[in-house]
Amino acid sequence: MKYMLIMNTPRDGYAQYMKWPRKLLEANAVFMQAFTKKLKEAGELVAAEGLGSPDQAKLVRAGQDGKPITDGVFPESKEFLAGYWIVDVEGEERALRIAAEASTAPGQSVTRSDGSTIDHLWIEVRQVMGSHEDVE
Amino acid sequence: MKASLEQIEPLLRDLAPRALATLMRRCDDFAAAEDAVQEALIAASAQWTREGLPDAPCAWLVRVAQRRLTDHVRSEIARRRREATVAAEGSFAATACAGEEEVGRDPDEALVLLFMCCHPALSTTSAIALTLRAVGGLTTAEIARAFLVPESTIGQRISRAKQSIKASGIPFRMPDAGARSERLSSVLHVLYLIFNEGYTTSSGSALHRTDLSNEAIRLARQVQALLPQNGEVAGLLALMLLTDARRAARTGPHGELIPLDEQDRNRWDREAIAEGLALASHALSLGSVGEYQLLAAIAAVHDEATRVEDTDWPQIRALYDMLLRLTDNPMVALNRAIATAMVEGPAAGLALIETLRDDERLRHSHRLDAVRAHLLERSGEREMAAALYRQAASKTTSIPERNYLLMKAEG
Repeated sequence: MKYMLIMNTPRDGYAQYMKWPRKLLEANAVFMQAFTKKLKEAGELVAAEGLGSPDQAKLVRAGQDGKPITDGVFPESKEFLAGYWIVDVEGEERALRIAAEASTAPGQSVTRSDGSTIDHLWIEVRQVMGSHEDVE
Repeated sequence: MKASLEQIEPLLRDLAPRALATLMRRCDDFAAAEDAVQEALIAASAQWTREGLPDAPCAWLVRVAQRRLTDHVRSEIARRRREATVAAEGSFAATACAGEEEVGRDPDEALVLLFMCCHPALSTTSAIALTLRAVGGLTTAEIARAFLVPESTIGQRISRAKQSIKASGIPFRMPDAGARSERLSSVLHVLYLIFNEGYTTSSGSALHRTDLSNEAIRLARQVQALLPQNGEVAGLLALMLLTDARRAARTGPHGELIPLDEQDRNRWDREAIAEGLALASHALSLGSVGEYQLLAAIAAVHDEATRVEDTDWPQIRALYDMLLRLTDNPMVALNRAIATAMVEGPAAGLALIETLRDDERLRHSHRLDAVRAHLLERSGEREMAAALYRQAASKTTSIPERNYLLMKAEG
Protein backbone atom coordinates (compact mmCIF):
# COMPACT_ATOMS: atom_id res chain seq x y z
CA MET A 1 0.00 0.00 0.00
CA LYS A 2 1.29 3.42 -0.88
CA TYR A 3 1.17 6.39 1.44
CA MET A 4 2.26 9.97 1.03
CA LEU A 5 3.90 11.48 4.09
CA ILE A 6 3.43 15.20 3.87
CA MET A 7 5.40 17.88 5.61
CA ASN A 8 3.59 21.21 5.81
CA THR A 9 4.98 24.45 7.11
CA PRO A 10 3.24 27.54 8.40
CA ARG A 11 3.15 30.52 6.08
CA ASP A 12 6.46 31.89 7.35
CA GLY A 13 8.00 28.43 7.82
CA TYR A 14 10.64 28.94 5.14
CA ALA A 15 11.60 32.34 6.60
CA GLN A 16 11.95 30.70 10.02
CA TYR A 17 14.10 27.96 8.49
CA MET A 18 16.41 30.50 6.86
CA LYS A 19 17.25 31.86 10.30
CA TRP A 20 18.19 28.52 11.84
CA PRO A 21 21.72 28.37 13.30
CA ARG A 22 24.17 26.53 11.10
CA LYS A 23 24.46 23.56 13.45
CA LEU A 24 20.76 22.94 13.30
CA LEU A 25 20.67 23.27 9.52
CA GLU A 26 23.44 20.73 9.24
CA ALA A 27 21.82 18.33 11.67
CA ASN A 28 18.57 18.60 9.75
CA ALA A 29 20.25 17.94 6.40
CA VAL A 30 22.14 14.94 7.80
CA PHE A 31 18.94 13.54 9.26
CA MET A 32 16.96 13.95 6.05
CA GLN A 33 19.63 12.31 3.94
CA ALA A 34 20.05 9.36 6.28
CA PHE A 35 16.30 8.96 6.67
CA THR A 36 15.66 8.82 2.93
CA LYS A 37 18.57 6.44 2.44
CA LYS A 38 17.17 4.14 5.10
CA LEU A 39 13.78 4.05 3.38
CA LYS A 40 15.47 3.28 0.09
CA GLU A 41 17.44 0.43 1.60
CA ALA A 42 14.33 -0.97 3.22
CA GLY A 43 12.79 -1.26 -0.24
CA GLU A 44 9.98 1.09 0.78
CA LEU A 45 10.77 4.38 -0.96
CA VAL A 46 8.82 5.36 -4.06
CA ALA A 47 9.69 9.06 -4.18
CA ALA A 48 10.84 11.92 -1.97
CA GLU A 49 10.99 15.59 -2.83
CA GLY A 50 11.40 18.89 -1.05
CA LEU A 51 9.74 21.97 -2.48
CA GLY A 52 11.00 25.52 -2.96
CA SER A 53 9.70 28.38 -0.85
CA PRO A 54 6.06 29.35 -1.36
CA ASP A 55 7.33 32.92 -1.90
CA GLN A 56 8.41 31.73 -5.34
CA ALA A 57 5.20 29.84 -6.06
CA LYS A 58 2.77 30.95 -8.75
CA LEU A 59 -0.88 30.24 -9.15
CA VAL A 60 -1.81 29.45 -12.72
CA ARG A 61 -5.04 29.18 -14.69
CA ALA A 62 -5.85 29.25 -18.36
CA GLY A 63 -7.03 32.56 -19.84
CA GLN A 64 -9.61 32.98 -22.63
CA ASP A 65 -6.98 32.10 -25.22
CA GLY A 66 -5.85 29.06 -23.24
CA LYS A 67 -2.55 30.70 -22.36
CA PRO A 68 -1.44 30.73 -18.74
CA ILE A 69 -2.36 33.60 -16.48
CA THR A 70 -0.20 33.61 -13.40
CA ASP A 71 -0.78 35.12 -10.04
CA GLY A 72 1.03 35.23 -6.73
CA VAL A 73 0.57 32.77 -3.88
CA PHE A 74 -2.97 32.16 -2.76
CA PRO A 75 -3.37 34.87 -0.11
CA GLU A 76 -5.49 32.94 2.36
CA SER A 77 -3.29 29.83 2.61
CA LYS A 78 -2.06 29.37 6.14
CA GLU A 79 0.05 26.28 5.56
CA PHE A 80 2.17 25.22 2.63
CA LEU A 81 3.51 21.93 1.39
CA ALA A 82 7.23 21.80 2.14
CA GLY A 83 8.02 18.30 0.95
CA TYR A 84 6.86 14.73 0.86
CA TRP A 85 7.83 11.08 0.80
CA ILE A 86 5.83 8.41 -0.97
CA VAL A 87 6.39 4.99 0.57
CA ASP A 88 5.13 1.57 -0.43
CA VAL A 89 4.65 -0.45 2.74
CA GLU A 90 2.80 -3.42 4.21
CA GLY A 91 0.11 -1.33 5.84
CA GLU A 92 -0.88 1.83 7.64
CA GLU A 93 0.87 0.91 10.87
CA ARG A 94 4.25 0.93 9.14
CA ALA A 95 3.47 4.21 7.35
CA LEU A 96 2.66 5.83 10.71
CA ARG A 97 5.92 4.59 12.21
CA ILE A 98 7.89 6.07 9.33
CA ALA A 99 5.99 9.35 9.67
CA ALA A 100 6.71 9.48 13.39
CA GLU A 101 10.39 9.03 12.67
CA ALA A 102 10.28 11.73 10.00
CA SER A 103 8.75 14.12 12.52
CA THR A 104 11.82 13.83 14.75
CA ALA A 105 14.01 15.66 12.22
CA PRO A 106 16.14 18.21 14.09
CA GLY A 107 14.60 21.64 13.89
CA GLN A 108 13.31 24.57 15.88
CA SER A 109 9.97 24.64 17.54
CA VAL A 110 7.36 25.89 15.15
CA THR A 111 4.63 28.43 15.72
CA ARG A 112 1.54 27.22 13.91
CA SER A 113 -1.02 29.41 12.23
CA ASP A 114 -3.34 29.15 15.25
CA GLY A 115 -0.59 30.52 17.51
CA SER A 116 0.26 27.18 19.18
CA THR A 117 3.85 26.01 19.32
CA ILE A 118 5.01 22.48 18.55
CA ASP A 119 8.47 20.96 18.91
CA HIS A 120 8.41 19.27 15.55
CA LEU A 121 6.46 19.54 12.37
CA TRP A 122 3.49 17.29 12.02
CA ILE A 123 3.63 14.74 9.28
CA GLU A 124 0.37 14.21 7.49
CA VAL A 125 -0.17 10.63 6.30
CA ARG A 126 -2.43 10.08 3.31
CA GLN A 127 -3.07 6.88 1.43
CA VAL A 128 -2.42 7.00 -2.30
CA MET A 129 -5.43 5.91 -4.32
CA GLY A 130 -5.07 3.13 -6.85
CA SER A 131 -7.02 1.50 -9.60
CA HIS A 132 -7.31 -1.81 -7.77
CA GLU A 133 -10.57 -3.35 -6.72
CA ASP A 134 -11.17 -5.72 -3.89
CA VAL A 135 -11.86 -9.26 -4.94
CA GLU A 136 -15.17 -10.20 -3.38
CA MET B 1 17.60 -17.86 -36.67
CA LYS B 2 16.52 -15.01 -34.45
CA ALA B 3 13.89 -15.61 -31.82
CA SER B 4 11.22 -13.10 -30.81
CA LEU B 5 10.74 -11.82 -27.29
CA GLU B 6 7.22 -13.24 -27.31
CA GLN B 7 8.80 -16.64 -27.87
CA ILE B 8 11.61 -16.21 -25.39
CA GLU B 9 9.92 -14.63 -22.41
CA PRO B 10 7.45 -17.40 -21.52
CA LEU B 11 10.21 -19.95 -21.99
CA LEU B 12 12.57 -18.07 -19.68
CA ARG B 13 9.90 -17.72 -17.03
CA ASP B 14 9.33 -21.43 -17.15
CA LEU B 15 13.04 -22.23 -17.05
CA ALA B 16 14.07 -19.74 -14.34
CA PRO B 17 12.97 -21.74 -11.27
CA ARG B 18 14.31 -24.97 -12.78
CA ALA B 19 17.71 -23.43 -13.39
CA LEU B 20 17.75 -22.01 -9.88
CA ALA B 21 16.74 -25.32 -8.33
CA THR B 22 19.52 -27.04 -10.30
CA LEU B 23 22.06 -24.54 -9.01
CA MET B 24 20.79 -24.93 -5.46
CA ARG B 25 21.63 -28.64 -5.55
CA ARG B 26 25.29 -27.82 -5.17
CA CYS B 27 25.27 -24.37 -3.69
CA ASP B 28 24.18 -23.31 -0.25
CA ASP B 29 24.09 -19.62 -1.07
CA PHE B 30 20.56 -18.95 -2.23
CA ALA B 31 21.09 -15.21 -2.62
CA ALA B 32 24.10 -15.64 -4.91
CA ALA B 33 22.48 -18.43 -6.93
CA GLU B 34 19.33 -16.38 -7.47
CA ASP B 35 21.37 -13.36 -8.59
CA ALA B 36 23.31 -15.59 -10.98
CA VAL B 37 20.10 -16.94 -12.54
CA GLN B 38 18.72 -13.41 -12.89
CA GLU B 39 21.90 -12.37 -14.74
CA ALA B 40 21.68 -15.45 -16.93
CA LEU B 41 18.05 -14.63 -17.79
CA ILE B 42 19.03 -11.14 -18.90
CA ALA B 43 21.95 -12.53 -20.93
CA ALA B 44 19.66 -15.15 -22.50
CA SER B 45 17.09 -12.58 -23.46
CA ALA B 46 19.75 -10.53 -25.27
CA GLN B 47 21.62 -13.38 -26.93
CA TRP B 48 18.64 -15.50 -27.96
CA THR B 49 16.89 -12.60 -29.69
CA ARG B 50 20.08 -12.11 -31.76
CA GLU B 51 21.10 -15.69 -32.38
CA GLY B 52 18.00 -17.76 -31.82
CA LEU B 53 17.26 -20.39 -29.21
CA PRO B 54 20.07 -22.76 -28.23
CA ASP B 55 19.45 -26.51 -28.63
CA ALA B 56 19.11 -27.05 -24.88
CA PRO B 57 17.86 -23.76 -23.44
CA CYS B 58 17.71 -24.93 -19.84
CA ALA B 59 21.24 -26.33 -19.94
CA TRP B 60 22.40 -23.07 -21.55
CA LEU B 61 20.82 -21.09 -18.75
CA VAL B 62 22.28 -23.29 -16.04
CA ARG B 63 25.72 -23.10 -17.66
CA VAL B 64 25.71 -19.30 -17.85
CA ALA B 65 24.28 -18.94 -14.34
CA GLN B 66 26.84 -21.43 -13.06
CA ARG B 67 29.63 -19.38 -14.62
CA ARG B 68 28.31 -16.19 -12.99
CA LEU B 69 28.02 -17.99 -9.68
CA THR B 70 31.57 -19.31 -9.97
CA ASP B 71 32.83 -15.78 -10.72
CA HIS B 72 30.96 -14.53 -7.70
CA VAL B 73 32.33 -17.28 -5.48
CA ARG B 74 35.88 -16.65 -6.66
CA SER B 75 35.68 -12.94 -5.95
CA GLU B 76 34.04 -13.74 -2.64
CA ILE B 77 36.90 -16.07 -1.73
CA ALA B 78 39.41 -13.43 -2.77
CA ARG B 79 37.62 -10.88 -0.65
CA ARG B 80 37.62 -13.20 2.34
CA ARG B 81 41.32 -13.89 1.86
CA ARG B 82 41.97 -10.18 1.81
CA GLU B 83 40.02 -9.89 5.00
CA ALA B 84 42.08 -12.80 6.36
CA THR B 85 39.10 -14.82 7.41
CA VAL B 86 39.00 -18.46 6.51
CA ALA B 87 35.48 -19.20 7.65
CA ALA B 88 33.13 -20.93 5.25
CA GLU B 89 35.69 -21.20 2.48
CA GLY B 90 35.08 -24.90 2.21
CA SER B 91 31.49 -24.55 1.20
CA PHE B 92 32.36 -21.92 -1.37
CA ALA B 93 34.99 -24.12 -2.92
CA ALA B 94 32.49 -26.93 -3.23
CA THR B 95 30.12 -24.58 -5.00
CA ALA B 96 32.79 -23.38 -7.36
CA CYS B 97 33.37 -26.83 -8.82
CA ALA B 98 29.73 -27.81 -9.22
CA GLY B 99 29.60 -29.61 -12.55
CA GLU B 100 27.35 -29.56 -15.56
CA GLU B 101 24.95 -32.14 -14.30
CA GLU B 102 21.87 -33.18 -16.10
CA VAL B 103 19.26 -30.47 -15.82
CA GLY B 104 16.37 -32.29 -14.33
CA ARG B 105 12.84 -31.43 -13.51
CA ASP B 106 12.64 -32.56 -9.92
CA PRO B 107 9.15 -31.52 -8.84
CA ASP B 108 10.14 -31.32 -5.19
CA GLU B 109 12.80 -28.74 -5.95
CA ALA B 110 10.29 -26.34 -7.49
CA LEU B 111 8.14 -26.67 -4.40
CA VAL B 112 11.07 -26.17 -2.04
CA LEU B 113 11.89 -22.99 -3.93
CA LEU B 114 8.35 -21.69 -3.47
CA PHE B 115 8.31 -22.63 0.20
CA MET B 116 11.51 -20.68 0.64
CA CYS B 117 10.37 -17.55 -1.19
CA CYS B 118 7.06 -17.47 0.70
CA HIS B 119 8.55 -18.26 4.10
CA PRO B 120 6.54 -16.71 6.93
CA ALA B 121 9.74 -15.07 8.23
CA LEU B 122 9.56 -12.69 5.25
CA SER B 123 7.28 -9.68 5.08
CA THR B 124 4.54 -10.21 2.52
CA THR B 125 5.84 -7.43 0.26
CA SER B 126 9.28 -9.10 0.27
CA ALA B 127 7.84 -12.56 -0.32
CA ILE B 128 5.81 -11.30 -3.28
CA ALA B 129 8.80 -9.64 -4.94
CA LEU B 130 11.10 -12.60 -4.34
CA THR B 131 8.53 -15.13 -5.57
CA LEU B 132 7.91 -13.18 -8.76
CA ARG B 133 11.63 -13.03 -9.48
CA ALA B 134 12.97 -16.39 -8.31
CA VAL B 135 9.97 -18.55 -9.22
CA GLY B 136 8.14 -16.36 -11.72
CA GLY B 137 11.30 -15.51 -13.65
CA LEU B 138 10.36 -11.83 -13.94
CA THR B 139 13.13 -9.25 -13.98
CA THR B 140 13.42 -6.64 -11.25
CA ALA B 141 12.40 -3.99 -13.80
CA GLU B 142 9.23 -5.90 -14.73
CA ILE B 143 8.24 -6.33 -11.10
CA ALA B 144 8.88 -2.62 -10.46
CA ARG B 145 6.66 -1.68 -13.40
CA ALA B 146 3.92 -3.95 -12.14
CA PHE B 147 3.91 -2.33 -8.71
CA LEU B 148 4.59 1.19 -10.02
CA VAL B 149 7.64 1.70 -7.82
CA PRO B 150 11.30 2.43 -8.76
CA GLU B 151 13.38 -0.54 -9.86
CA SER B 152 15.92 0.12 -7.09
CA THR B 153 13.16 -0.22 -4.49
CA ILE B 154 12.24 -3.69 -5.72
CA GLY B 155 15.94 -4.57 -5.93
CA GLN B 156 16.34 -3.59 -2.27
CA ARG B 157 13.22 -5.49 -1.31
CA ILE B 158 14.59 -8.64 -2.91
CA SER B 159 17.99 -8.33 -1.31
CA ARG B 160 16.36 -7.70 2.08
CA ALA B 161 14.27 -10.81 1.59
CA LYS B 162 17.40 -12.81 0.87
CA GLN B 163 19.11 -11.39 3.95
CA SER B 164 16.14 -12.48 6.06
CA ILE B 165 16.36 -15.97 4.58
CA LYS B 166 20.07 -16.10 5.34
CA ALA B 167 19.66 -14.71 8.85
CA SER B 168 16.86 -17.09 9.79
CA GLY B 169 18.88 -20.06 8.52
CA ILE B 170 16.03 -21.54 6.49
CA PRO B 171 17.48 -24.62 4.82
CA PHE B 172 16.86 -25.35 1.14
CA ARG B 173 14.90 -28.53 1.63
CA MET B 174 11.36 -29.74 1.97
CA PRO B 175 9.80 -28.65 5.27
CA ASP B 176 8.96 -31.46 7.70
CA ALA B 177 5.58 -33.08 7.26
CA GLY B 178 4.32 -31.32 10.37
CA ALA B 179 5.16 -27.85 9.08
CA ARG B 180 4.26 -28.48 5.46
CA SER B 181 0.59 -27.51 5.51
CA GLU B 182 1.28 -24.25 7.32
CA ARG B 183 4.08 -23.44 4.89
CA LEU B 184 1.83 -24.29 1.97
CA SER B 185 -0.80 -21.88 3.23
CA SER B 186 1.86 -19.10 3.20
CA VAL B 187 2.59 -19.97 -0.43
CA LEU B 188 -1.10 -19.87 -1.35
CA HIS B 189 -1.55 -16.59 0.49
CA VAL B 190 1.31 -14.97 -1.45
CA LEU B 191 -0.10 -16.22 -4.77
CA TYR B 192 -3.53 -14.93 -3.80
CA LEU B 193 -2.07 -11.49 -2.99
CA ILE B 194 -0.29 -11.41 -6.35
CA PHE B 195 -3.57 -12.24 -8.06
CA ASN B 196 -5.38 -9.47 -6.16
CA GLU B 197 -2.65 -7.00 -7.00
CA GLY B 198 -3.27 -7.65 -10.67
CA TYR B 199 -7.02 -7.41 -10.31
CA THR B 200 -7.10 -3.92 -11.78
CA THR B 201 -9.27 -2.17 -14.23
CA SER B 202 -7.77 -1.72 -17.66
CA SER B 203 -7.72 2.07 -17.52
CA GLY B 204 -4.98 4.66 -17.35
CA SER B 205 -1.71 3.66 -15.81
CA ALA B 206 -3.06 0.18 -15.17
CA LEU B 207 -2.80 -0.48 -18.90
CA HIS B 208 0.96 -0.85 -18.77
CA ARG B 209 1.18 -3.10 -15.78
CA THR B 210 2.72 -6.50 -16.13
CA ASP B 211 -0.21 -8.82 -15.84
CA LEU B 212 0.10 -10.01 -12.27
CA SER B 213 -3.20 -11.91 -12.34
CA ASN B 214 -1.99 -14.05 -15.21
CA GLU B 215 1.30 -14.52 -13.44
CA ALA B 216 -0.48 -15.66 -10.27
CA ILE B 217 -2.61 -18.08 -12.30
CA ARG B 218 0.49 -19.46 -13.99
CA LEU B 219 2.23 -20.02 -10.64
CA ALA B 220 -0.91 -21.55 -9.11
CA ARG B 221 -1.07 -23.94 -12.09
CA GLN B 222 2.49 -25.03 -11.36
CA VAL B 223 1.70 -25.68 -7.71
CA GLN B 224 -1.44 -27.56 -8.70
CA ALA B 225 0.54 -29.75 -11.10
CA LEU B 226 2.92 -30.55 -8.24
CA LEU B 227 0.19 -31.19 -5.66
CA PRO B 228 -2.81 -32.40 -7.68
CA GLN B 229 -4.50 -34.01 -4.69
CA ASN B 230 -4.47 -30.92 -2.49
CA GLY B 231 -7.96 -29.41 -2.23
CA GLU B 232 -6.88 -25.91 -1.24
CA VAL B 233 -4.37 -25.65 -4.10
CA ALA B 234 -7.05 -26.71 -6.59
CA GLY B 235 -9.48 -24.39 -4.81
CA LEU B 236 -7.18 -21.39 -5.14
CA LEU B 237 -6.53 -22.01 -8.84
CA ALA B 238 -10.28 -22.49 -9.42
CA LEU B 239 -11.02 -19.26 -7.55
CA MET B 240 -8.52 -17.35 -9.68
CA LEU B 241 -9.85 -18.78 -12.96
CA LEU B 242 -13.51 -18.23 -12.05
CA THR B 243 -12.82 -14.64 -10.97
CA ASP B 244 -10.53 -13.80 -13.87
CA ALA B 245 -13.10 -15.19 -16.32
CA ARG B 246 -15.20 -12.07 -15.72
CA ARG B 247 -12.33 -9.70 -16.46
CA ALA B 248 -13.58 -8.41 -19.85
CA ALA B 249 -17.06 -7.73 -18.47
CA ARG B 250 -15.83 -6.05 -15.32
CA THR B 251 -14.85 -2.70 -16.82
CA GLY B 252 -16.61 -0.34 -19.18
CA PRO B 253 -14.99 1.50 -22.12
CA HIS B 254 -13.71 4.30 -19.87
CA GLY B 255 -12.36 2.07 -17.16
CA GLU B 256 -15.52 2.32 -15.10
CA LEU B 257 -16.35 -0.52 -12.78
CA ILE B 258 -19.28 -2.77 -13.69
CA PRO B 259 -20.61 -4.77 -10.74
CA LEU B 260 -21.37 -8.47 -11.03
CA ASP B 261 -25.15 -8.00 -11.33
CA GLU B 262 -24.82 -5.58 -14.25
CA GLN B 263 -22.15 -7.40 -16.25
CA ASP B 264 -22.74 -8.62 -19.80
CA ARG B 265 -22.36 -12.30 -19.10
CA ASN B 266 -21.78 -13.05 -22.77
CA ARG B 267 -18.39 -11.46 -22.29
CA TRP B 268 -17.35 -13.93 -19.61
CA ASP B 269 -14.60 -16.33 -20.62
CA ARG B 270 -16.46 -19.66 -20.99
CA GLU B 271 -13.29 -21.68 -21.35
CA ALA B 272 -11.84 -20.35 -18.08
CA ILE B 273 -15.18 -20.95 -16.38
CA ALA B 274 -15.33 -24.56 -17.58
CA GLU B 275 -11.81 -25.18 -16.32
CA GLY B 276 -12.54 -23.42 -13.03
CA LEU B 277 -15.77 -25.37 -12.49
CA ALA B 278 -14.05 -28.69 -13.10
CA LEU B 279 -11.26 -27.75 -10.68
CA ALA B 280 -13.68 -26.48 -8.05
CA SER B 281 -15.66 -29.73 -8.05
CA HIS B 282 -12.42 -31.74 -8.07
CA ALA B 283 -11.28 -29.66 -5.06
CA LEU B 284 -14.48 -30.33 -3.14
CA SER B 285 -14.24 -34.07 -3.86
CA LEU B 286 -10.89 -34.27 -2.08
CA GLY B 287 -12.33 -34.29 1.41
CA SER B 288 -11.41 -31.66 3.96
CA VAL B 289 -12.82 -28.33 2.89
CA GLY B 290 -10.84 -25.10 3.20
CA GLU B 291 -11.40 -21.41 2.60
CA TYR B 292 -10.16 -21.27 -1.00
CA GLN B 293 -12.37 -24.22 -1.94
CA LEU B 294 -15.42 -22.47 -0.52
CA LEU B 295 -14.57 -19.15 -2.15
CA ALA B 296 -14.12 -21.02 -5.43
CA ALA B 297 -17.47 -22.75 -4.95
CA ILE B 298 -19.15 -19.37 -4.42
CA ALA B 299 -17.48 -17.94 -7.54
CA ALA B 300 -18.64 -21.08 -9.38
CA VAL B 301 -22.28 -20.56 -8.40
CA HIS B 302 -22.10 -16.99 -9.75
CA ASP B 303 -20.41 -18.07 -12.96
CA GLU B 304 -22.92 -20.86 -13.58
CA ALA B 305 -25.82 -18.39 -13.74
CA THR B 306 -26.21 -17.30 -17.37
CA ARG B 307 -28.59 -14.55 -16.22
CA VAL B 308 -28.21 -12.68 -12.93
CA GLU B 309 -31.73 -13.70 -11.86
CA ASP B 310 -30.73 -17.36 -12.20
CA THR B 311 -28.17 -17.02 -9.39
CA ASP B 312 -28.67 -19.70 -6.77
CA TRP B 313 -28.55 -17.42 -3.72
CA PRO B 314 -29.65 -20.05 -1.16
CA GLN B 315 -26.65 -22.10 -2.27
CA ILE B 316 -24.34 -19.09 -1.96
CA ARG B 317 -25.66 -18.37 1.52
CA ALA B 318 -25.09 -21.98 2.56
CA LEU B 319 -21.49 -21.72 1.32
CA TYR B 320 -20.94 -18.50 3.30
CA ASP B 321 -22.35 -20.29 6.36
CA MET B 322 -19.69 -22.95 5.93
CA LEU B 323 -17.02 -20.31 5.37
CA LEU B 324 -18.00 -18.52 8.57
CA ARG B 325 -17.32 -21.71 10.48
CA LEU B 326 -13.71 -21.59 9.24
CA THR B 327 -13.00 -17.90 9.68
CA ASP B 328 -14.22 -14.97 11.72
CA ASN B 329 -13.44 -12.55 8.89
CA PRO B 330 -16.09 -9.81 9.07
CA MET B 331 -15.98 -9.44 5.26
CA VAL B 332 -17.32 -12.98 5.01
CA ALA B 333 -20.11 -12.08 7.44
CA LEU B 334 -20.87 -9.03 5.32
CA ASN B 335 -21.08 -11.09 2.15
CA ARG B 336 -23.31 -13.56 3.92
CA ALA B 337 -25.63 -10.67 4.79
CA ILE B 338 -25.84 -9.81 1.08
CA ALA B 339 -26.71 -13.43 0.24
CA THR B 340 -29.36 -13.40 2.98
CA ALA B 341 -30.84 -10.22 1.55
CA MET B 342 -31.04 -11.88 -1.85
CA VAL B 343 -32.89 -14.87 -0.36
CA GLU B 344 -35.14 -13.21 2.22
CA GLY B 345 -35.23 -9.57 1.18
CA PRO B 346 -33.21 -6.46 2.09
CA ALA B 347 -34.64 -6.15 5.62
CA ALA B 348 -33.15 -9.50 6.65
CA GLY B 349 -29.77 -8.46 5.24
CA LEU B 350 -29.88 -5.10 7.01
CA ALA B 351 -30.72 -6.81 10.30
CA LEU B 352 -27.61 -8.97 9.99
CA ILE B 353 -25.48 -5.95 9.16
CA GLU B 354 -26.62 -4.22 12.37
CA THR B 355 -24.62 -6.78 14.32
CA LEU B 356 -21.51 -5.96 12.28
CA ARG B 357 -21.60 -2.20 12.68
CA ASP B 358 -19.63 -2.28 15.93
CA ASP B 359 -16.90 -4.48 14.49
CA GLU B 360 -13.66 -2.55 14.87
CA ARG B 361 -12.18 -4.28 11.82
CA LEU B 362 -14.87 -2.85 9.53
CA ARG B 363 -14.73 0.68 10.88
CA HIS B 364 -12.48 2.06 8.16
CA SER B 365 -13.78 -0.18 5.40
CA HIS B 366 -16.00 1.30 2.74
CA ARG B 367 -17.63 -2.07 2.13
CA LEU B 368 -19.95 -1.94 5.15
CA ASP B 369 -21.33 1.45 4.09
CA ALA B 370 -21.59 0.37 0.46
CA VAL B 371 -23.53 -2.78 1.30
CA ARG B 372 -25.86 -0.93 3.66
CA ALA B 373 -26.42 1.69 0.97
CA HIS B 374 -27.26 -0.98 -1.55
CA LEU B 375 -29.75 -2.74 0.71
CA LEU B 376 -31.37 0.54 1.81
CA GLU B 377 -31.72 1.50 -1.83
CA ARG B 378 -33.51 -1.77 -2.49
CA SER B 379 -35.83 -1.05 0.45
CA GLY B 380 -36.75 2.28 -1.16
CA GLU B 381 -34.74 4.43 1.28
CA ARG B 382 -33.17 6.54 -1.47
CA GLU B 383 -31.92 9.40 0.66
CA MET B 384 -30.25 7.32 3.34
CA ALA B 385 -28.75 5.15 0.62
CA ALA B 386 -27.29 8.15 -1.21
CA ALA B 387 -25.67 9.47 1.97
CA LEU B 388 -24.12 6.06 2.68
CA TYR B 389 -22.88 5.68 -0.90
CA ARG B 390 -21.08 9.01 -0.51
CA GLN B 391 -19.67 7.96 2.85
CA ALA B 392 -18.38 4.74 1.27
CA ALA B 393 -16.89 6.74 -1.63
CA SER B 394 -14.91 8.87 0.81
CA LYS B 395 -13.42 5.76 2.43
CA THR B 396 -12.34 3.66 -0.54
CA THR B 397 -8.80 3.97 -1.87
CA SER B 398 -9.70 2.68 -5.31
CA ILE B 399 -10.46 5.33 -7.91
CA PRO B 400 -12.82 3.22 -10.09
CA GLU B 401 -14.66 2.11 -6.99
CA ARG B 402 -15.01 5.68 -5.74
CA ASN B 403 -16.39 6.78 -9.09
CA TYR B 404 -18.85 3.89 -9.10
CA LEU B 405 -20.09 4.70 -5.58
CA LEU B 406 -20.52 8.38 -6.43
CA MET B 407 -22.60 7.44 -9.49
CA LYS B 408 -24.78 5.22 -7.30
CA ALA B 409 -25.26 8.12 -4.90
CA GLU B 410 -26.53 10.20 -7.81
CA GLY B 411 -28.99 7.40 -8.60
